[in-house]
Amino acid sequence: MTKNILKMSPAFADIIPAEYRELVDNGPYGRDVGVAELGTFKELLEEHPLCAGCGLALALRIFLASLPAPEDTIVVGSTGCSSLVFPQAAVQNIHSLFGNQNSVASGLKRALKLRFPDKDKDVIVVAGDGATADIGLDMVMHSWFRRENITTIMLDNEAYANTGGQESGMSQQGTVLYMAPKGKNFPKISMPELAREAGCVYVAVGTPAQPRKLEKMLKRAIILARHVGPTYVQIMTPCPTNYKFKNNETVNRLKGLEKDGVFKPREYITAEAQEALNRLEEVSK
Amino acid sequence: MQKVVSPEHLFFEAPREQVFITGSEAVREAVRRANVDMAISYPITPQSESMHLVGDIFKEGYIREYFRGENEFAVMSAVAGASMGGVRVFTATGGPGTLRAFELFSTWSGARLPIVCAFMTRGVNSPLTIQPDTIEMSYLLDTGMIMLHAENAQDLYDYLLKAFPIAEQTEVHIPVGVFADGFFVTHTRENVKVAPVDIKLPPYNAYSAPVPVMDMENVPFRQMRDPFVMKSNYVSYAAHASWQQEVMAAAERARPSISSYLGGLLEVENADADILIITSGTAVSIAREAVAQAKQEGLNVGLVKIKCIRPFPTEEIRALTKNAKAVIVPEFNRVGWLAKEIKSIIPDNDKVVGAPRVFGGMTMPTQSILAEIRRCQA
Repeated sequence: MTKNILKMSPAFADIIPAEYRELVDNGPYGRDVGVAELGTFKELLEEHPLCAGCGLALALRIFLASLPAPEDTIVVGSTGCSSLVFPQAAVQNIHSLFGNQNSVASGLKRALKLRFPDKDKDVIVVAGDGATADIGLDMVMHSWFRRENITTIMLDNEAYANTGGQESGMSQQGTVLYMAPKGKNFPKISMPELAREAGCVYVAVGTPAQPRKLEKMLKRAIILARHVGPTYVQIMTPCPTNYKFKNNETVNRLKGLEKDGVFKPREYITAEAQEALNRLEEVSK
Repeated sequence: MQKVVSPEHLFFEAPREQVFITGSEAVREAVRRANVDMAISYPITPQSESMHLVGDIFKEGYIREYFRGENEFAVMSAVAGASMGGVRVFTATGGPGTLRAFELFSTWSGARLPIVCAFMTRGVNSPLTIQPDTIEMSYLLDTGMIMLHAENAQDLYDYLLKAFPIAEQTEVHIPVGVFADGFFVTHTRENVKVAPVDIKLPPYNAYSAPVPVMDMENVPFRQMRDPFVMKSNYVSYAAHASWQQEVMAAAERARPSISSYLGGLLEVENADADILIITSGTAVSIAREAVAQAKQEGLNVGLVKIKCIRPFPTEEIRALTKNAKAVIVPEFNRVGWLAKEIKSIIPDNDKVVGAPRVFGGMTMPTQSILAEIRRCQA
């Protein structure tokens, strides 16, 4: 996207909504701004309807600030809490159906490769744990098997939060949730390891409690998806509403889960991706 | 290697060569001339062969991208993503595949995607069958897509090619399903007249879409692909309601182009007869033979071939049936969806005979139609 598209007609500038003007004048398009610069530029996310203290809200704020090229990024979402954010975000977004996000993204990425052969258009899937690990699992994994050049991001709140807090495949064993009245009776799905085995060249498990580290993971995932192959980032995003903790404790809870060994940040990278990363990070120095 | 020509030249002016091919091969010949950017496939009998052949022309360079998806739901989703990205896409399915993918068809219409999909109709479980049956068309009637029903391989070739410019008009821009009766059309060979191989349709213009293209080449601010109207307030309800009406209106706006490309939404022989047979698909061919046999018996019977099921030729059928004493509707399915459609639009609908109905894979004997004609005559 050229920034010319954003330009306002001077005749209408005074009636253009303030948040649009701010995006044009001080947005992140075509600029090297990120998490460290938050507060100094107009963010892509303008308000959002998520609950106070929502882990997703924080993760998505960091995600949108981490995009290496927001002006050429299309986000494919799925049904769930995360989808509530994207009508408020200044990147293009597709919400198709529940679970088909990686198939939509596969078709979209290939279409954009045909139409813009000389330009990187980042197609990024952002969906919840239910969409990624349950209802959409076959399509998520097949996009990896096919080595689609897309980034898949799971916002893992360990439940179907948008429908009121039902058990998902990513819930911890033993947790009592709706549809698991006696407690979940099988372990959390090992999505990062499945991703690694299914063809993702880079896999990371991160937390919005460590924004700079998460930013690095997201940037790596998006850049490697352009040049090497599919990538996967799983972000732990606790849900105060359904897990019934105070909404000012989200970050502490994340830190606690990590300290207790319940939540384990980790990264996997193939030799090929590491080599590409070394090359790309060398160039950007 | 192919020259772009106008749709009118490709359809009506270019010299046509007669080839002896199957319905599946007719799909290949249509797609070869349709300037398709991407095709996505998944096997299901009796459709599989058509998408093998589309794969062959991908290898020959007639299509720019092609792959096999993992199931029909995924394929129809990937096709949607590609279409939102601004390319011309094609796919095909049938029977159980149609049902597996079902959630997508209304989504395609709602998202205003001009996808062209061939449906090689087949019965659905249970019990398991792979045989011809048009019951899936009944389920698809209210998905918002345009539905064309081919009688034979010639129709399949023509309708598929014509489906692209019909679908892609800005004021239409909704999917077109082209239906052909599985096996009867796909697996039999007949003479088909095709345009020269070195011409093709003009390319799809991504920005003909009445909704934003998902390429980040247009203003992106707070711009989802489709209105996200799940909030509980009047504006959301009104937005959703008007959006649905607009999809229906888009199909209505397709009538003139369907009519001019297909020579009408229906075609009629001997319109003034007391007894009319109205049908679609391969049942038309059988009915035509029954009409000829009836004539030898001195019975005067007319034949109406419905080419376009959605939008439905309501006014045309009302006018045609006004003076008929009986209307016979032979169908290849159990539920008689076409008879129901016709009954729902004419006032004296007790004259509609929803028979014969053949399903489970059998062919429809002309005798079964003749028997209905004789009964109506008596």
